[in-house]
Amino acid sequence: MNQQSAPDSAGTSSRKAATLEFRSATKRYPGQDDAAVDGLSLEVPAGEICVLVGPSGCGKTTAMRMVNRMIDLTDGDILLDGKSVTEISPAQLRREVGYAIQQIGLFPHYSVADNIATVPKLLGWDRQRISARVDELLELVSLDPHETRDRYPSQLSGGQRQRIGVARALAADPPLMLMDEPFGAIDPINRERLQNEFLRLQQDIRKTIVFVTHDIDEAIKIGDKIAVLQKGGKLAQFATPAELLMYPNGKFVEDFVGADRALKRLALQRVRDIDLWKAATVRVGEPVAEAKAKLADSDINMTLLVDDDQRPLGWLADAALRGERVEKRLRSTAEPTVELDDILRDALSDLLASDSRYGAVVDGRGHVAGVLSVEVIGNFLQEAPVEARSGAELVEDPRLVAAPGSTGRRDH
Amino acid sequence: MFLLAQQGLEMPDRNEGAAGCVQNDGFCPSWIFDNFDRYVDPFLQHIVLTVVPVAIGFAISFGLAVLAHRRQWLTGPITGVTGFLYTIPSLAFFFLLQPLTGRGYLTAIIALTCYTLLIIFRNVTTGLGGVPMEARDAARGMGLTDRQLLWRVELPLALPEILAGLRIATTTTVGLAALAFFAGAGGLGAELDADYYFKSNVVVAGGLAVLLAAAFDLIILGVQRAMTPWQRARAT
Repeated sequence: MNQQSAPDSAGTSSRKAATLEFRSATKRYPGQDDAAVDGLSLEVPAGEICVLVGPSGCGKTTAMRMVNRMIDLTDGDILLDGKSVTEISPAQLRREVGYAIQQIGLFPHYSVADNIATVPKLLGWDRQRISARVDELLELVSLDPHETRDRYPSQLSGGQRQRIGVARALAADPPLMLMDEPFGAIDPINRERLQNEFLRLQQDIRKTIVFVTHDIDEAIKIGDKIAVLQKGGKLAQFATPAELLMYPNGKFVEDFVGADRALKRLALQRVRDIDLWKAATVRVGEPVAEAKAKLADSDINMTLLVDDDQRPLGWLADAALRGERVEKRLRSTAEPTVELDDILRDALSDLLASDSRYGAVVDGRGHVAGVLSVEVIGNFLQEAPVEARSGAELVEDPRLVAAPGSTGRRDH
Repeated sequence: MFLLAQQGLEMPDRNEGAAGCVQNDGFCPSWIFDNFDRYVDPFLQHIVLTVVPVAIGFAISFGLAVLAHRRQWLTGPITGVTGFLYTIPSLAFFFLLQPLTGRGYLTAIIALTCYTLLIIFRNVTTGLGGVPMEARDAARGMGLTDRQLLWRVELPLALPEILAGLRIATTTTVGLAALAFFAGAGGLGAELDADYYFKSNVVVAGGLAVLLAAAFDLIILGVQRAMTPWQRARAT
């Protein structure tokens, strides 16, 4: 029964991610009026992270555990790559689906290597392949194989254990991963780090992941799509993080997302996503008349001195424009400057920290692209929903991680 | 000494060694040295009277505990029955069994086995119950079958508790086996009983029983340490 379609080499992620579909998936416990999960329908495309989020008792963990049949469906169906999970034996299904839980559940009597090797051993991999895979996974989760593989879980820190838990779930290169609050028991600082590492990891492995959390901030940070569940196991909303923040579809989601959802949106969007002020950029030696014309045309009553490559040098003092030609007399340096790819929240923070409340924006090559001010961000937050309701497109890929391609990386 | 005649045992021969010391029922090293041979057979009998009941008792209660682990409702009744057996005074047990099994090893071993059941059953049950929920959940979530879960995760993690039970059961049985001569099964108890006024005899027979208990205890402890290396792993 165990001839799995295991990868030929121990290479990372040689198996394709699976699609997952909940079809009116329902779980009722006898003697309880409310269903634990009530007619849940949603689709997770291959390689995406779907976060199930909601208050405790909303059935998010139950919904996740129905996928690998730790809990059996009462009604409806769950399809893995189009095949009903009820048609696969539980043990076989579970070996195909990675499983990581908040309490981690490392086996205290197994070394780190043996813990990670749990599923490969069940699948009957040979010793050499298992050993190679263990080392590879340890490196993948940023642990030193030589130092770690022979240790027992009791000898590791909480963060290290968490990494081992993830490595163990990834061991047999499953096409689908289930993660139940995997970072829930970690202190805030390390949680942040593990989340970032996890997102970076996901960039490489591109698994289909069902991720359960009660923390809306984590959901927004991690999820490609977020399913908000409410008590009674009903799906309140299924949307991208940006959609969820902009258009919560009702009081429950609005409350759950939080009163600070406008601020949360700042974490999802970048400076390039908003309309910047036009800057009056002048060079030393330029005729003052021209400079004044630019100033009249700009959105801010200040001139920005730039070098020949359009790189900002500083804000000009009024005295600089008194003569025939522009002189280099600065009122202040160009600090703070922000970049088009900066996350709005960070940019706002920089602006608030400076005296001026505005700053020059530069593109990837350092050229001035405009001016960002606290006022601009304020207007953006007020306007965006209105604008969007009138049919404007949603912000694309609002993830914190720099996405490859056009919206992507900084050049330095 | 009322049983002596009945059991056909002889008093230790006091005509050897340092006469004065022996006459006074004293502790006489030279007598012990000269008469040590006579304790070898009872000592070996005592080992059998310990090892056999503990082994059988372990097999039975281990099986019962694993069964009760799967079907929790069995725990109560099994604890009740083994607990009842545990409360029967050993002398009464030996005499009650005699009409059925006669005098000798069989009677002693049945009774001694019964006394190990409660201890081992409870320790195995406690051990299995103490396996962390999350380890169990993770094991099932990774596709271990119930049997794999039991043998690869639950039993190894219950091992310290199980072996602790085995140690208590063994030590207790060494002590109880000293009464097995009432059932006609010999052992060090028979030697003690043969002349319990004679200090040399009491010290040797009693001392051997104590040594035996300590030796078993150390052996099982050694096995436990060898089998549970993770317990000694310290954070570094």
